[in-house]
Amino acid sequence: MTTEEIAQLIQEHVNVEVEVNTKQPQHEIIVKNVDIEKVCRFLKSDNRLMFDNLSCLTGIDNGPKANTMEVVYNLYSITKSFRLTLKVMLDRETPLLPSVTSVWKAANWHEREAYDLVGMTFENHQDLRRILSPDDWEGHPLQKDYKEQEKYHGITVKYERD
Amino acid sequence: MKGLMDQRFGQGEIVISKVDDLINWARLSSFWPLGFGLACCAIEMITTWSSAYDLDRFGVIPRGTPRQSDAMIISGTVTFKMADRVRRLYEQMAEPRYVISMGSCSNCGGPYWEHGYNVVKGVDRIIPVDVYVPGCPPRPEALIGGILKLREEIRKETLMAPKAVERLLKKQKA
Repeated sequence: MTTEEIAQLIQEHVNVEVEVNTKQPQHEIIVKNVDIEKVCRFLKSDNRLMFDNLSCLTGIDNGPKANTMEVVYNLYSITKSFRLTLKVMLDRETPLLPSVTSVWKAANWHEREAYDLVGMTFENHQDLRRILSPDDWEGHPLQKDYKEQEKYHGITVKYERD
Repeated sequence: MKGLMDQRFGQGEIVISKVDDLINWARLSSFWPLGFGLACCAIEMITTWSSAYDLDRFGVIPRGTPRQSDAMIISGTVTFKMADRVRRLYEQMAEPRYVISMGSCSNCGGPYWEHGYNVVKGVDRIIPVDVYVPGCPPRPEALIGGILKLREEIRKETLMAPKAVERLLKKQKA
């Protein structure tokens, strides 16, 4: 099934507006942030699609100039052998979107990673803590304008050249 | 050449030695590091204990708890998240305690020295280091070299502070 056909199915059944981007070799469906959980639940439960595997969930920061962030969902249907890329565009000032942990348990750690490194907040995530950095680390390291802190627990972070 | 202990003892003989020598000899021949590894260097460290390199022949035996260990081999990248744990383990160790920093990451941050916001740029920023083993990662031979170097350092140690001896001698003369 092509990405356009899947987008058509989503629009018919979930009753939300989606956008299809086929310019790049990897086709993608762009979903509004408030709709993502609904769309994912449909993609998983529909008998024609059965996207039962969330292969990857990644956060991307486009920087203060573009002023957007993205969350990319790579889905795979084990039974039907379909692949699908979903994308949510976010405002960089308020990067909020619903969690999909209720759809795929695999999203739990992925969302924590996106939160830790890029800084988007997943609503209704049951345990949104940092996963790689220490709990008291300042800032989100993969943001384009990230400035590392000078000291951590009294240890200088930077390498000093003489 | 045979060592003192390899020679046959008769009956009733005594061995005279210095307390320093005896204690240093005991310390350096039963060097018990804490059994833990941090990154790729740990694989080389584990290999050093394998039958091919056989660290046991130096009396170097890993222990499962800091309270039974007198040494720490920092083998690999020390991240800030791990730094607190490393420091706590070091503080739990009984004295005298020795630290070998193994590999570039642990020595100075290694390849992460410029852009690794998460890496401690040298484990000597959190705990004192006795011997640095260079390499990325060092071969088991290099780690053995580091251990032999540390053994030499321990052999030179003394319980007597030279100042105290001087003071005693002065008193005697007076």
